[in-house]
Amino acid sequence: MIPLNYYLVLSAILFACGVVGFLIKRNIITIFMSIELMLNAVNLSFVAFATARGVLSGHIFVFFVMVVAAAEAAVGLAIIISVFRTRETLNVDRVNLLKL
Amino acid sequence: MLHLVLFCIFGGLCLGAAINLLLQTHPINSALSLIVVMGSLALIYLLMGAEFVSIVQLIIYAGAIMVLFVFVIMLLNAGKEERLPASKIMPILGAVGMISGSAAGIYVLTCDPHTSARISLGQLPGPADQVGRLLFRDFLLPFEVTSVLILIAIMGAVVLARRGEQ
Repeated sequence: MIPLNYYLVLSAILFACGVVGFLIKRNIITIFMSIELMLNAVNLSFVAFATARGVLSGHIFVFFVMVVAAAEAAVGLAIIISVFRTRETLNVDRVNLLKL
Repeated sequence: MLHLVLFCIFGGLCLGAAINLLLQTHPINSALSLIVVMGSLALIYLLMGAEFVSIVQLIIYAGAIMVLFVFVIMLLNAGKEERLPASKIMPILGAVGMISGSAAGIYVLTCDPHTSARISLGQLPGPADQVGRLLFRDFLLPFEVTSVLILIAIMGAVVLARRGEQ
């Protein structure tokens, strides 16, 4: 029997880690992984609230978040491949022109 | 007591891997840390009784999405990240953002009376049959719209990753 807060605090810290990764990382793939980390943190609080309130709809919503994350990963990685093909770099500081 | 011990083990593993993700400079090490984060999150879901979500987390996130990431890292031959002078200020901003963001989040979460509920081990079982019944009865329209989303994502990925004609 542990408080709901523990899960929520873990979720908040994970989300903060994702935000920090998004800010400090310079590799576009790692930045994308930080976004996935933030999505995971939000999923954790969905499941925690669903458990505390006793409704299964939270689980369904987590399922939909995962589907959107999968679609986002597919499209995002395709964009990364496309960027790498034109710029020949993965560093976001070198991708500073709107047009090549 | 058992719940607290298990939560501390899996939560600690999760946090350690998340911080390792930030500290590593090579993307493949970050990707492996992210797999550990997702695996331990699946175990934390299992602690709350969310069986279906836990298994789907392992299959979709730790399986499919991370394999995609590792393949792209391999395909693009990504090396250690280089730091340009322009990116020196971001770690400072990131540290300030992390500390203030987590402090605000923890303050709000621990002071809100709505979040003072207590969760026991496996409190809300979410087996696949109940979740499936809910998914195909109450959430049928969102589920079908999701299939259209996946189809569009597949076509978008193919169009974006296709090599140009020249």
